[in-house]
Amino acid sequence: MTLLNIENLTVEYPSRHGSFKAVSGANLALEPGEIHGLVGESGAGKSTVGAAILGLLEAPGHISSGEITLRSRAISGLDSAAMQSLRGKTISMIFQDPLTSLNPLIKVGEQLTETIITHLGVSQQQAHQRALDLLDRVGIPDPALRLNQFPHQFSGGMRQRVVIALALCSEPDVIIADEPTTALDVAVQAQILDLIKDLAAERQVGVILITHDMGVIADTTDRVTVMYQGQVVETGPTKTVMGQPQHPYTQSLIAAVPRPQVKLRRFSQVSYGGRDTRFAIEDLARNWPKATPSDGPLLSVRNLTKKFPIAKSLIPGRSKWLTAVDDISFDINSGDVFGIVGESGSGKSTVARLISGLYPLNGGTVHFDGALVSDPKDKAAQQNFRRDIQMIFQDPYSSLNPRMRVLDIIAEPIRHHTTRNSHDLTPRVHELLDQVGLGKSAAAKYPHEFSGGQRQRISIARALATQPRFLICDEPTSALDVSIQAQILNILKDLQDHLGLTLLFISHDLPVVRQMCDRVAVMKQGKLLELQDTQALFTTPKTAYTQELLGLMPRLDGLSTQGLDLR
Amino acid sequence: MTHSHNDTDTTPSRLSRAWHSDLAWKFRHSPIAMLSMSVTVLLVLSAIFAPLIAPHNPFDPGSLNLMNGFTPPLTPNAFTTDTFILGTDDQGRDIFSTILYGMRISLFVGFAAVSLGMIIGITLGLISGYFGGIVDAVIMRIADIQLTFPSILVAMLIFGVAKGFTPPQYRDEMAIWVLIIAIGLSDWVQFARVVRGATLVEKHKEYVQAARLIGRSATAIIFSHILRNVMSPVLVIATISLALAIIAEATLSFLGVGAPPTQPSLGTLIRIGQGFLFSGEWWILFFPAATLLMLALAVNLMGDWLRDALNPKLK
Repeated sequence: MTLLNIENLTVEYPSRHGSFKAVSGANLALEPGEIHGLVGESGAGKSTVGAAILGLLEAPGHISSGEITLRSRAISGLDSAAMQSLRGKTISMIFQDPLTSLNPLIKVGEQLTETIITHLGVSQQQAHQRALDLLDRVGIPDPALRLNQFPHQFSGGMRQRVVIALALCSEPDVIIADEPTTALDVAVQAQILDLIKDLAAERQVGVILITHDMGVIADTTDRVTVMYQGQVVETGPTKTVMGQPQHPYTQSLIAAVPRPQVKLRRFSQVSYGGRDTRFAIEDLARNWPKATPSDGPLLSVRNLTKKFPIAKSLIPGRSKWLTAVDDISFDINSGDVFGIVGESGSGKSTVARLISGLYPLNGGTVHFDGALVSDPKDKAAQQNFRRDIQMIFQDPYSSLNPRMRVLDIIAEPIRHHTTRNSHDLTPRVHELLDQVGLGKSAAAKYPHEFSGGQRQRISIARALATQPRFLICDEPTSALDVSIQAQILNILKDLQDHLGLTLLFISHDLPVVRQMCDRVAVMKQGKLLELQDTQALFTTPKTAYTQELLGLMPRLDGLSTQGLDLR
Repeated sequence: MTHSHNDTDTTPSRLSRAWHSDLAWKFRHSPIAMLSMSVTVLLVLSAIFAPLIAPHNPFDPGSLNLMNGFTPPLTPNAFTTDTFILGTDDQGRDIFSTILYGMRISLFVGFAAVSLGMIIGITLGLISGYFGGIVDAVIMRIADIQLTFPSILVAMLIFGVAKGFTPPQYRDEMAIWVLIIAIGLSDWVQFARVVRGATLVEKHKEYVQAARLIGRSATAIIFSHILRNVMSPVLVIATISLALAIIAEATLSFLGVGAPPTQPSLGTLIRIGQGFLFSGEWWILFFPAATLLMLALAVNLMGDWLRDALNPKLK
């Protein structure tokens, strides 16, 4: 018997600009013990489906038509009191951020026993025992001690385990997991997904796993439903959908997923829904100054060290320091894409900020094109260096000043570095906007009028405005959808190929690194563990840590290879 | 700028953008905001155009007739048969006219004092938030110390000190300016605190790092990048501060340390009027006080509405 059935669900958000259909006519069927993936890009309506099931749609959103049935009983029309008793008891939820879904001021044990008593009506003693069992089951060592701790004493992965234990308290039939591993590191992500898989099989719980990550879908789910702009475009067993996608959107989505095994020349362009925008690399290359190839590496980093104070004290000896970057040395050759990978907290972003001069160094040197650029007192060297390096940031929502017009944003570096008068400036900005595929009309707008991918193009236009030789990309695509990621990564590859730009590419995403980089450095806790050519690193890793990281990559074996540029 | 012509064809004009913005939409759907806005605009306009509107010039001794003294509102005077809508005071001055002129002083002092407090507060807040460390500690401790005194006391202190330094023959002329400085200096702290907080958030955003990477100086980053991003809370405080500054001015003038009798503000009028309250001439006190209340309330309600409208959490 079908556990949860969604039929023809439509969710509308009325506003003063007319009614917005977040979900229109979605169907989904969930069986007991099944993990059903709900995948789509941002704005596809996948989280709205989850909220609609739980009756947690934010006002003024409401279900305008369709029906949700749980074990053949309609739950979509229930009043809030009836929904309340259902929620948490029969249907549980796992949220994305484990930090905000636990009350920071209440001990974990209390949160668990309270939930158990509410839903199962057992005694305090029995509830305590159950809480112990649950923590043990979700893989938290020493549960008796852990019950007496507060959420902040748990690591991110452990916290998410507690959240899962909390979701299991009431022995629910259905669990809705909304991006449960997005905030976690790869290693932890794999463990949590395994746990969800085991629990679903063991307790015959139906799980709806909402995610944007094709790797998670491919490795974890039994069936998958693909959503695009509020509509279900394809549904079926995961193997079939991933291996032989039928709908053109699914095909383009799968083609855009970075592959860990093979290096592609270019990502296949996602051309569904007219979202493919031109990038005029030839126009850009025509006026680009030819770099004179220099002897030796373009950028040379020696013994780079950075310490952050974690406890300040007037007495020097009593201050405590965190060594974020510990004695790192490497060279980047002209025209290369140099990758740095590592988990969060490994210090990879700090390296980027040290090289660019955003943080002062605690030790070591940086040479660019043979000249020392890490001395803050040498203003002339700094000024020249500034023109030659630019950075593309991770978050396209915070890297552009929200109160400045795009024209002024892109004009700023040109104004600062050249004596161009404002008469020449506007045509130059228009030219850049045309080249990155946004068009002249973008100049008069503000950043909030653009999507994430378009904003990242504005960032690229700004970075290219001074015609730099070296570009630092700090997780440039980790905030973007996979199809947009493919476009942006292709642009970066074009910059390297046609303009001879040298790139420092920082990422936690190994498949992306494999596609982008010529050489890769692996960092862990501030130290550089190994440095190899990309091909060698992925085939014959030297350190155990790298092997472990590689082992955690999504396999993506069954994924369709249709439309890939396999040259 | 040949291109700007093309842009105006494709993108809507500034005015229509402003009209269709969320803020304007919310404004059109809030009766309180519209009412308080109209009252404020009406009062400000009538203060600005006081010489054109006022039936009498209360400061021209030649136009005064002592026989008109103590004429009740809308009642013909027993001797001269002149009628005054809001009555007259002891010297036969038309209350309506004195209120219009008094409001000029009150509003001018209010606007100027808030502007002064705002400029000082924003500048110190930006510096404090952006640079941090010792600079921040010194500025914020000064702010803390000032907050331990009631602001009216600080204003009185500054007023008293400044008066001591002014030569007696200029005292009346300088009184207004001293008042502005006194209220402005007692008002900067809240601006500085809010701006500092907002700056602390903004300075870690990546657009600031991008500007640093381009090589822009700290001053350029503070004034061309951060300033415009911290302005919306400032706008809210400025509106509420305006109401408070008008009241502070009235309080000081009421206590006799503010605007001189030769340039009476609403506060001075209230002070004069309260002497006649118990002898039956209630209108001399009532109408200036009611005007002050209306003005302060309208501006305050506008500030409250603006705070709610700009707060994304209350959307």
